[in-house]
Amino acid sequence: MALEVPPELEKEIDERITHYPVSKRSAVLTVLHALQHHFRFISEESIEWAAAKLELEPIKVLEVVSFYPGIRQKAPGKYHIRVCRTLSCAMAGSYELMDSICEKAGIGRSGVTHHDPVALSEDGKFSVEFAECLASCGTGPVCMVEDDFHEAVTDVDALLSQYK
Amino acid sequence: MSDEKPDLVDVQIDGEWHQFPKGTRMIEACREAGVEVPHYCYHPKLSSPGNCRMCLVEMGMPPRPRPGDDAPEPDQDGHLPISWMPRPVIACANTVAPNMGIKTTGELTETCREGVMELLLANHPLDCPICDQAGECTLQEFSVEHGKGESNFREQKVKKPKNVDVGPRVRLDDERCIMCSRCIRFTDEIADDPVLGFTDRGSHTTLAVYPGKELANNYSLNTVDICPVGALTSNDFRFQMRVWFMKEVNTIDVNCATGANITVHQREGQIYRITPRQNNDVNSDWMPDSHRLNFHWIHGDDRLTDPLVKNGDSHRITTWQEALATTADKLAGIDGSEIAVIASARMTNEELLMVNRLVKHLDAGHMDTIPRDGESDDYLISADHNPNTNGVKLVLGLDNPGSQLEAIKKGINEGRIKALLCLQENLVEDGGFDAETLGKLDFFLTSYPLANPTADAADVVLPGACWAEKTGTMVNVTGRLQRLNQVVDSPGQTLEPWEIVRDLIQATGGGNGIYSALDIFKQLTEEVSEFADLTWGKVGDLGVPLIETSETIPLIEREKERIAQGIIVG
Repeated sequence: MALEVPPELEKEIDERITHYPVSKRSAVLTVLHALQHHFRFISEESIEWAAAKLELEPIKVLEVVSFYPGIRQKAPGKYHIRVCRTLSCAMAGSYELMDSICEKAGIGRSGVTHHDPVALSEDGKFSVEFAECLASCGTGPVCMVEDDFHEAVTDVDALLSQYK
Repeated sequence: MSDEKPDLVDVQIDGEWHQFPKGTRMIEACREAGVEVPHYCYHPKLSSPGNCRMCLVEMGMPPRPRPGDDAPEPDQDGHLPISWMPRPVIACANTVAPNMGIKTTGELTETCREGVMELLLANHPLDCPICDQAGECTLQEFSVEHGKGESNFREQKVKKPKNVDVGPRVRLDDERCIMCSRCIRFTDEIADDPVLGFTDRGSHTTLAVYPGKELANNYSLNTVDICPVGALTSNDFRFQMRVWFMKEVNTIDVNCATGANITVHQREGQIYRITPRQNNDVNSDWMPDSHRLNFHWIHGDDRLTDPLVKNGDSHRITTWQEALATTADKLAGIDGSEIAVIASARMTNEELLMVNRLVKHLDAGHMDTIPRDGESDDYLISADHNPNTNGVKLVLGLDNPGSQLEAIKKGINEGRIKALLCLQENLVEDGGFDAETLGKLDFFLTSYPLANPTADAADVVLPGACWAEKTGTMVNVTGRLQRLNQVVDSPGQTLEPWEIVRDLIQATGGGNGIYSALDIFKQLTEEVSEFADLTWGKVGDLGVPLIETSETIPLIEREKERIAQGIIVG
């Protein structure tokens, strides 16, 4: 199934590629970011679309996709939550926060692996994964829901209730 | 010294001074100086990413004086003192510089090698007893030479995919892979089929093909050759034979006019595999899979092993004496002008000279060979699928091989040709002859390595040795004279084609003092001017240019360009 990329997105991607005049291959990351921002994850179709766009073999795009944990290979929930687990947040209770989010949102993390770090709630509303430092070490535990930043999260019900 | 030859630079390698052209890679300079630098990722025909770190060496340059200090004094030979760098450099991707020093021994280099070996082996399964590469594995060899025999790694090894079908002919064991990336670069740069890559880079780096694609191009087995470990193995060869049991014979490929230089690996008369042999003027380090794997028929069930004579509707096994006597009897009543000889452009020059003798001796009125025109693949496969068309032109004097075939067919159909001698060819399947035409002949003799439909119509069928069972020379598409060497003995009563032709000449009353293919080559050097002054020894393992043909081999031309651009060493 071919990927349907809206003309505005394609225009934006074309513009981004011009930032890498020496080698189109260098633009692979920025293209992937744009695609992930729009489609929420990088599907096989996205990889093939990006490869065709950059005149690469798809394996060269997959090499990049499979390297960065930040590039998701499967669809996240309606709201994707990233919980910081770097030292300060871990000490401030990020693992407890993760457990609490999972319990309240109905997410099972038993299937999470190195290669598949994202866990999804049964209703598909929330997905969650651990992230490394989100740059607010004084106010842990912190997490991001989509692009919203939440510090010193203690009340998970209140956190989740903001997202309908 | 270096002032007189501006293109050469002085380099000290392990204490000895040498001279090398500017731009020489340090690793090649060491090799030329007789010092082997261990390496995995570096391959002279591929780009150098410098990622395996095995070729780390100690390097030094003349000291640069501080401002105000005196410049260093050269010694009596003009060499400046060397100040050694505290950190090692990779020898594969760096080039030599004037007055450079390289140390491939000593504590720094040895510690580096030990460290790199330990890291490469940390996640390696160490399954040498069941690994096909054992015996020709550089990981094995270098861990003996440069490893320290024990590991600090006490944790669980990383698990990766095993027994992966990456393509129809190649199998991958990712746990054995040391991530040298030679195979990736080969498919990118040489085969133009970039399907391989590293996924999950990091501690789980995995060599993979893109899901749904496969490593299926006709050069895929070259990745098995250049894989320094047992990660990529050949489906055809794996688990068939331990490499140290096999004997290797240098010869040439006969599947097309390129004549790729090959090594055939055999044990006790059985061929197990064929690998390309480096010849930068013919096939570089590569060969097509289709040619490499086209040898199983040599040991197949449909080999002809005995002479046969017609016996009613079928054939019966006979002796050479009877087969030759029958032939002589039949030919005795037929005039030379009614005899046609069809030889093969798969024959060696030596065999073709004997054919020439036979034609003259019988005064045969017609002679030709069967052309095999096909497509060039724009890499190594020539459009001419016969290996020795140039030999036919030179030795038989046929300017346009194949042009007489229609006339011969017509002659047979019109009864003007009564006898046909088909030497090492398959007239029905490859020459466009049909059984009806062949049935009109008074006498039809065919020799070939395999049973084939042509033999059905023959009065006498003679078993001929195949390419791996005979010795001689051929002239490839670029006009290069190359040697074909016998790898295994031919089965049963099979004879080499030159022996068959010699016996035919003798049986029909001719004589000659030829006792070996080498004797024929000597006569060739006397009779065909292009071969003058040559010996098999001079032809050697790599062949010699014999004639100008203005033909080129596409892959070799591209490689020359890449050498000129400095992308590869070559």
